[in-house]
Amino acid sequence: CRCRALLSRPAGRLRARRDLAAGPDMHFGFQTVTEEERRKKIYQVFESVAKKYDVMNDSMTLGIHRLWKDILMHKMNPSPGTLLLDVAGGTGDIAFRFINYVSSVRERQLQRKLKHHQNLSWQEIFESYQKDKFNSLGDSQVVVCDINREMLKVGKQKAQHLGYSEGLSWVLGNAEELPFDNDKFDVCTIAFGIRNVTRIDLALQEAYRVLKPGGRFLCLEFSHVSNPLLSRLYDLYSFQVIPVLGEVIAGDWKSYQYLVESIRRFPPQEELKAMLEDAGFFKVDYENLNFGIVAIHSGFKL
Amino acid sequence: GRAGRGGEKVEEEEEEGWHKLYPGHIPTSPLQKALLAAGSAVMALYDPYRHDMVAVLGETTSCLALPNLRDKMKNHPEGYHILQERPRIRLSTLDIARLQGLPDGSLGREYVRFLEDNKVSPDTRMPPKFVDDEELAYVIQRYREVHDLLHTLLGMPTNMLGEVVVKWFEAVQTGLPMCVLGAVFGPVRLSTRKLQVLATELVPWAIRSGLNASCVLNIYYEQRWEQPVESLREELGIFPPP
Repeated sequence: CRCRALLSRPAGRLRARRDLAAGPDMHFGFQTVTEEERRKKIYQVFESVAKKYDVMNDSMTLGIHRLWKDILMHKMNPSPGTLLLDVAGGTGDIAFRFINYVSSVRERQLQRKLKHHQNLSWQEIFESYQKDKFNSLGDSQVVVCDINREMLKVGKQKAQHLGYSEGLSWVLGNAEELPFDNDKFDVCTIAFGIRNVTRIDLALQEAYRVLKPGGRFLCLEFSHVSNPLLSRLYDLYSFQVIPVLGEVIAGDWKSYQYLVESIRRFPPQEELKAMLEDAGFFKVDYENLNFGIVAIHSGFKL
Repeated sequence: GRAGRGGEKVEEEEEEGWHKLYPGHIPTSPLQKALLAAGSAVMALYDPYRHDMVAVLGETTSCLALPNLRDKMKNHPEGYHILQERPRIRLSTLDIARLQGLPDGSLGREYVRFLEDNKVSPDTRMPPKFVDDEELAYVIQRYREVHDLLHTLLGMPTNMLGEVVVKWFEAVQTGLPMCVLGAVFGPVRLSTRKLQVLATELVPWAIRSGLNASCVLNIYYEQRWEQPVESLREELGIFPPP
């Protein structure tokens, strides 16, 4: 069941300001807004881009985002029976990859069993008659959680279109306040989502909370390029080309301007690593992809 | 400077710290304009329903033609008046009932008839985003809003053929590259029979009229609803349609 854990919000987080009414100042891309405004604006961005989200991802990254997500899945290396929570999972890219991955692992498992069927114990033979023979996922499950209804809608439609149904569920929820019990999931991922969370520290704490002991947190996100030449080329591409792509393909300049600005404002690799450690994760590490354009951060709950 | 138009946007402008010159303005670098022009041209051809792309193409290619157009308006008493008062043609500002009541043949009556027959509305015109001058943004907005009136003056419907004819007229009149492109590439989707009519009768007439006529943006249409269309045509110098 997914009852909410009672979280006491740390009240001392609000910085002392002259006017507390509107809440602390935050960034929305390069603008300065209040926390509430930021949440609202980000919701509106994703509401507006949802239908063209996948097309835009392919255009902006020239399809490379698919490789990044594949690498994330390989790093996760889930075995059948894994329970995955994909936060800000919107259109389902990670969820579908997860299902494909465990299906193929499961298939190989079953093939190996069949080959050496003489080595099966009586218990195993008994069980194989009990279980659904086509337990193709091996009881693996993925829950896709997203705050935005439009993104979830697109994700569900995609799932239907591509034929994914087993082991998949869709939940409307906020990364800062996940609607799940403690100690529930084996793996928790957030791919290109944490950048849009208003309180990253809360999202990390929540991820920690819902993971089982021994569980792993994986974050795939745009990060900082340290190589100066590459950084300039990357900036040029980001600021000159991406909003134009947004206008031409999605008819929406402003959302993609926000995207490139939010990438610049996001904490760099070491800082995010420290934030993971603050949330309680152990063995926190990160791996740069494409010179730091993207990074995968990983941490364990012990 | 920032005109106080659209008061609710002023705070946002302050916050963003961009140099927004009018509500809806998105400042762009020359490289971005070039990319936008190319991208919108391709997209407009690929998906003809993307009217926003036609608008963007128009804005990004008009940097030379717009100042000329604006100067033509400034140097004409009625055009100058329009630039001062900045009238907008919108359903909320038009008194449709009154225009319908005007006699047949008058500008107002024929304009409303045109809107009804072709099931169009003046409110579907896109506001400019990529023009980096507030006055020029108004000029291009005025041009877009006057387009339907041109249909009325030229007696052309909103089908592909009619639109191409109006584009030829506009190309000659305004020099806007978008009009030239539309005039030249528009006909590719027409049948040969229509192309023939276009080439032999309509385009020559449109060009002759366009060259002969004084600048159509220099007419304060909102003050001339009662004027008969024929008389306005004569005044402007548009030859009678074939």
